[in-house]
Amino acid sequence: MPTTTPNFTRRATLAGLGASLAAPMIQPAFGQGAPIKVGVLHSLSGTMAISETALRDTVLMMVEYANSKGGLLGRKLEAVVVDPASNWPLFAEKARELLQVHKVDVTFGCWTSVSRKSVLPVFEELKGLLFYPVQYEGEEESPNIFYTGAAPNQQAIPAVEYLMSKDGGEAKRIVLLGTDYVYPRTTNRILRGFLNSKGIGNADIMEEYTPFGHSDWQGIVARVKRFAAEGKKTAIVSTINGDANVPFYRELGNQGIKAEDIPCVAFSVGEEELAGIDTKPLVGHLAAWNYFMSTPGKPNEEFKAMWQAYIKNPKRVTNDPMEAIYTGFRMWMQAVEKAKTTAVAAVTPALIGQKLMAPCGFEEEMLPNHHLSKPVLIGEIQADGQINTVWKTAGVVKAENWSPFIPENANRAKK
Amino acid sequence: MTALILRIALLLLLALPARAQDAFIAALPGLAGGFSDIAASVDRLGALGDPRALPLLRALQEGKLQKTPDGRLLLPEGAGTADAVTGQPADVAGAEAVRLNNRVRQALRGALGRLQLVSPDPAQRGAAAEAIFRGRSAEDVPLLQAAIAREQIPAVRAKMELALAAAQLVAPDEAAKRDAIARLGAAGSVEARALLIEARTANPSLAAAIDVSIATIEKQLQIRRMAETLFQGLSLGSVLLLAALGLAVTFGVMGVINMAHGEFVMLGAYATFVVQELCRGTSWLVPWALPLAVPAAFLVTAAAGALLERGLIRHLYGRPLETLLMTFGVGMILQQAVRVAFGAQNREVLSPSWMQGTLTLPGGVAVTQNRLWIIFFGLAVLAMVFAAIRLTRFGLEMRAVVQNRRIAATMGIRTGRVDAMTFAFGSGLAGLAGVALSQIDNVSPNLGTGYIIDSFMVVVFGGVGSLAGTLVGALTLGVVNKMLEPWAGAVLAKVFVLVAIMLFIQRRPKGIFALKGRAAES
Repeated sequence: MPTTTPNFTRRATLAGLGASLAAPMIQPAFGQGAPIKVGVLHSLSGTMAISETALRDTVLMMVEYANSKGGLLGRKLEAVVVDPASNWPLFAEKARELLQVHKVDVTFGCWTSVSRKSVLPVFEELKGLLFYPVQYEGEEESPNIFYTGAAPNQQAIPAVEYLMSKDGGEAKRIVLLGTDYVYPRTTNRILRGFLNSKGIGNADIMEEYTPFGHSDWQGIVARVKRFAAEGKKTAIVSTINGDANVPFYRELGNQGIKAEDIPCVAFSVGEEELAGIDTKPLVGHLAAWNYFMSTPGKPNEEFKAMWQAYIKNPKRVTNDPMEAIYTGFRMWMQAVEKAKTTAVAAVTPALIGQKLMAPCGFEEEMLPNHHLSKPVLIGEIQADGQINTVWKTAGVVKAENWSPFIPENANRAKK
Repeated sequence: MTALILRIALLLLLALPARAQDAFIAALPGLAGGFSDIAASVDRLGALGDPRALPLLRALQEGKLQKTPDGRLLLPEGAGTADAVTGQPADVAGAEAVRLNNRVRQALRGALGRLQLVSPDPAQRGAAAEAIFRGRSAEDVPLLQAAIAREQIPAVRAKMELALAAAQLVAPDEAAKRDAIARLGAAGSVEARALLIEARTANPSLAAAIDVSIATIEKQLQIRRMAETLFQGLSLGSVLLLAALGLAVTFGVMGVINMAHGEFVMLGAYATFVVQELCRGTSWLVPWALPLAVPAAFLVTAAAGALLERGLIRHLYGRPLETLLMTFGVGMILQQAVRVAFGAQNREVLSPSWMQGTLTLPGGVAVTQNRLWIIFFGLAVLAMVFAAIRLTRFGLEMRAVVQNRRIAATMGIRTGRVDAMTFAFGSGLAGLAGVALSQIDNVSPNLGTGYIIDSFMVVVFGGVGSLAGTLVGALTLGVVNKMLEPWAGAVLAKVFVLVAIMLFIQRRPKGIFALKGRAAES
C-alpha cells in the first residue's frame, strides 16, 4: 500500500502499466487464435483500493508470465482491467461487462465478500469463471467460483485457538471487532460458536461493528481497554477491512495497547496494508494468513523476485491474496493445458485435483469443493512492517467451507 | 562502553563463586531454543539478579541477540559481536536474531523490571516498578521492599508501593494481602481493579474486603469514564466544528449551498500532504511541516473558493437548486482531479511526535494527544472566525452586504468583491479542517464525502447564520453521539442522532439559535 512510500507507488504503478502495455512487443510469435482474455475485477479507487490495487498488478504480472512462456494453447493472453470502485452494485455491472462485452475466458477479482456476493449471480447466469483470492467466511460453494483464499477452518479458528494457547497468551476473553458486512458478521458468528464450545461464554465476548472507512476509533478502543481490565487475559480478533485499519492501529498505538497485554490478531491485514503504517508501536500484534512474505523457501524466493522485477521496485511487498492469485492463476493455466480449451465447462472439472508447489512452501491442491488445501500461519508484526511466523500447522489443512460451528450446517454435514 | 562493562563482568565472573557462575551460564542455553525455552530462561535470569543478565536481556528485547546454528549466543559488542558466555569476539556467519513472541516479551518485561529496580536512573526504576506490577509474582515482595527502603523520589516510590501491593496479593502472607487489597482500592486504577477481580476467585476468604476495594475503585472509575466520554465527545465535536465552520460562513452567511465543501476539506488535507513532502528534504523543517501546512492549506483552498465563486457561483445567486447541482458537479470534478494527480490510493500524513501518545490528566483521565490538539485547533479557528467577522473591516463589509446588499453598495462597498472574499474565507476554513483531518483520518480523494452531510447537519441544527449555534451544535452532536455509542454501537448511534435531529428540526425549523428580527425574514 502506497501510503508510506508515496513517491514510489504511483511511479511504480505507472511503470507496471507501462510494462504491461509494452509486453506484447517483446513477446514470441503466437499462433493464429484470438487472444485469451483475462478479466481483472479489483477496486482501484475507494475504500478498498488500499488492498486491491496490488492484486490488479499481480494478475497483470501473471498474464505477462504466461505470455513469456509462450501463452496458452499457442494463444496469447490479454488482460481486461475494469474498476468497480469499492462500489458493490458496480461490481455486478462490471462483471456483466467483462462477460458480455469483453467475453473474458476467466476473471480474477473481488476482495470483500459483499462484492463477491454481488457478482456471484452474474457469473452463474452467464456461466463465467471467477477466481476469488481472499480468505473469507465460507458458507458458499458456487460452480462458477474457485476460492483460492482460506476458509474459516484455515484461518479464523486456528488463530483463535492460538490466542487461547500457552504461547498465544491463554486468552480468556475475546473482543470481536469488524467492519459491518457479511464477512466479519459470519466469521464472528462461527467464532462465537467455536468459543462457546471451548467454554468461553457470551459474557466474555465483546462484539462490535463499524462502517467501511470508519476513522473515529477512540471510543471503541477505550471500551476494549475497559473490557480487558476485568481480571481475565483478553485478546482482540479484528476483521476490520480496508483503510479503516490505519486509524484503528494508530489509535491502538496512541492509547498504548501493547501486544503483551492485549494482542490483536487481524484477518485482513497483510504486508501491503502495513506498508502504510508506522508499525513500531504494533510490534507483537498478530496476523493470521496462509502465506507471509517472510516465508523461507525457493518457491517464495522466485515469487518475490518475479513481483519485484515486474513492479520495478525492490521494496514492494508481497502478501497472502497475491500468493493466492499466483497459485490460482498457475492452476488455471495447468487446467487449460489439460482441458486443451478455455471453455468454462471443460476447465472447471480439469481444475479439481490440480496441484502446485505454492510460494507458502507447501504443495496445495484444488479440492472438489472448489477450495484449496493450505497451511495455516500465525505471524507477528515486526518493526519493519514484515510479519514473522510464530506458529504454523505441520502440513496443509483441507478447506471446510461449511463450518460445523454454524447450527444450520448440521444437516449439510450429514449428507 | 558496553565492551568495558562486559570485560569487567567477565573478570567478576572469574572471581565469583562457582555456584553463581553456574546458575547464570546454565540459564543461557535456553535462549537459543524454542519460545517456551526462551521464556523459561528469561524468567530464571530475572530471578537470579545477576548484573550480567541486564545487557543480555536488553539485547534480546531489542532483537540484537543472535544465535548460531550450533547454539552459541552472540551479543553485539561495539561494531562486532562477542560470544555471550566467553566474551571472545565471534563470527556472525550463519547467525540469526533470536526471535520473540508475546509470551517471551511478557517474561522479558518482568525480568528486566526486576533487574532495573536498582538502576541509577529514576525513570528506569519507575518503569521497572510498572513492569513488576504487570508481571507480579510472590518472589518480587522482598525485592520491592528493599527498593522502597532505598527510594528517595516520591513518585517512583508510589509506583513501587503499588507494585508491592500487587505482588503481596499473590504472596501467601494473609495480613499483607489484606493491606494490599486496601492500598489497591485506594489506587483506583483500572489495572488495580483487574488484579482484585483476579484475586477474588483465588481468595474466597478475602472476598468481602476485595468487594469493598472494587466498589471504591468503581466509584472513581465511573467519574473518570464520564470524563473520558466527554473528552471523546468534545473531540468528535471539534472535528465537526472544524468541518462546519467554513459552511457556517458560505451557507450560513451567504446562503450558498456548496456541495463541494467536503472537497475543499479534502484539498486542505492534500495541501498538508504536499507541504509534508516538500519539508521532507530538509531535516530541520520536518517537525514544522504541520504548522506550516495550516497557512498553506488555507491559502490553497481560499484561492480555489475564490475561483469557484467568481467563475461559477456568482452567476447563480438566488437559484439554490442550480447552485446545489453545479457545486455537486464541481465536487466530483475536484475528486477526480485529485485522483488523477495523486492516485486513487490513500496518502499518509505523518503525525509529529508531539501529537502521538496519551496524556494522563490529574485524576487518571487519559486523553490522546492528537485529539487534544485538534480540540485546541478547533477553538482557535472559531476564535479567528469570530474576530474576523466582528473586529475587521472585511467582517463589517461582509455583514453589511448580507443585511442589505443595495444600501451597502450605495455606501461604496464593492459587493462583488466582498462576496468573493467571503466565499474564499469560508473555503479557506474548510482547508483548515482538512489539515486537522489529515491527522485522524485517511487522506484519500473521498475524504470530504464523509463530512459534507455532518457539516450541513451541524449548521442547520445550530441555526443557520449563527456562529454560536455552530459551536453548540457541533459539540452537542459530538457528545451525544459518543454517549450513545457504548450501548448502541457506532452505526446505530449515528442513526439515533440523525433521527433526533429530524425531530428537533420539525419542532424548531430554525435550529438552536434562530436569528430574530429583520435579518431572519429576508
